[in-house]
Amino acid sequence: MGYSGFRVIKEGLFGQKGWKPVWRDPDPKPEYDALIIGGGGHGLATAYYLAKEHGLTNIAVLEKGYIGGGNVGRNTTIVRANYFLPGNSEFYSYSLKLWEGMEQDLNYNVMHSQRGLINLFHSDGQRDAFARRGNAMINQGDDAVLLDTAGVRKILPYLDFENGRFPIYGGLYHPRGGTARHDAVAWGYARGADRRGVDIIQNCEVTGIDVEGGVVTGVQTTRGAIRAGKVGIVVAGRSGQVAAMAGMRLPIESHVLQAFVTEGLKPCIDHVVSFGMGHFYISQSDKGGLVFGGDLDFYASYAARGNLPMKEHVMEAAMTLMPMIGKARVLRSWGGIMDMTPDGSPIIDKTPVDGLFLDCGWCYGGFKAVPGSGFSFAHLMATGRHHEPAAGFRLDRFRDGVGLMDEEGTGSQHNLH
Amino acid sequence: MRITCPHCGERDRREFYYQGDAVALARPAPDAGAQAWDDYLHNRDNPAGDTQDLWFHEAGCGAWIVVTRNTVTHAVADTKLAAMVKR
Repeated sequence: MGYSGFRVIKEGLFGQKGWKPVWRDPDPKPEYDALIIGGGGHGLATAYYLAKEHGLTNIAVLEKGYIGGGNVGRNTTIVRANYFLPGNSEFYSYSLKLWEGMEQDLNYNVMHSQRGLINLFHSDGQRDAFARRGNAMINQGDDAVLLDTAGVRKILPYLDFENGRFPIYGGLYHPRGGTARHDAVAWGYARGADRRGVDIIQNCEVTGIDVEGGVVTGVQTTRGAIRAGKVGIVVAGRSGQVAAMAGMRLPIESHVLQAFVTEGLKPCIDHVVSFGMGHFYISQSDKGGLVFGGDLDFYASYAARGNLPMKEHVMEAAMTLMPMIGKARVLRSWGGIMDMTPDGSPIIDKTPVDGLFLDCGWCYGGFKAVPGSGFSFAHLMATGRHHEPAAGFRLDRFRDGVGLMDEEGTGSQHNLH
Repeated sequence: MRITCPHCGERDRREFYYQGDAVALARPAPDAGAQAWDDYLHNRDNPAGDTQDLWFHEAGCGAWIVVTRNTVTHAVADTKLAAMVKR
């Protein structure tokens, strides 16, 4: 059943009783053509595009918890394509184009809001770096506008422009950047995949990966064994544990990243603002809460909660950038588990085990990549060939040192991203 | 999170710099081959549970410390001077 304005009015008139669950809750079958381990945004998008683009419908998504309960429901919802390096640039550009058609494609309102994103700069050197990044974005076919102080002041009048330590020299404006309703993205892809025949199996934790003679044959789960000739691992922060079931060690260290939301306020922050010098970024949700975050706590962690030093740092950065925020009260904070790679860029690749594929290493930037990652991973799983925009996300780049994508320019080492 | 420095006692996490997995103490021979170096530099067990990592008491005595720590609870079980572990 499709969604439309007419349907909303009709349901309103009849007590909202016509809405039904939008995906089934099937028991796992003993065998599928392909399995996706992980029912997060990336896993659901992979299943959706496997069914839609490649006609693979006898497939299942195995989720140990519930749909929308992992990182896809815990992030800060930013969607952008402002990457600089070849390999990243074309991938995120492609992903943003998928975002722009997503709601029509899924017939689902994900509240994608291209409200514009501004990366602030505070010195002449930083201005040069952002001008160069903006040119790279334009060369990629995306949009970028270099704003001076007056240009930023016009759209973000509430910032502390004369700050003694970080006076605002301007910003790189990315008008097509913005936010989306994160849960709706998971729900929309789940519904779309389910309608094409994909089984979405919740409360089904994978406990083992069956490999015979170097070929994957299926998985063991808390709901029994399931056979399949192709298995995709898309489990974000838990990538290390799941890959270990197939005897692999990954170039991944899981870290905690914290985020915060204030009580609901009237609209005051109309864009996504990023203050790189304080590792701080902020936007306002449609419910009115100011959603903001900072950098990693910087120690390996699966706790899904952080410590006070980073909370203090984020609050200090917020007050430095926009003193008005001191009047808002923080409603809650939380932490997510980030699958960090040495160079800060992701992995979409085959593994040494035939039929076993890997999509991981999204670090703290996985949300905007959901459609692109799903599309590219589905392409790899279905055809055995890398999808061109994601062809740089190779697992062996760390061993060989060829094709590293160190977007921050800090080095390819675990504690630097 | 508080970490017990073998020299200085229990101190706030802010005093320490995190280097990463204590695999850093097991540097391979220069000619050990690409796989050994890949394992040393990049590949990690990344356990959800007890792990050993290397912290530097940057704002204290300057010691490198091997911390046995639980990545799920953040509980610190044991700390040793890296100089003693390496020996």
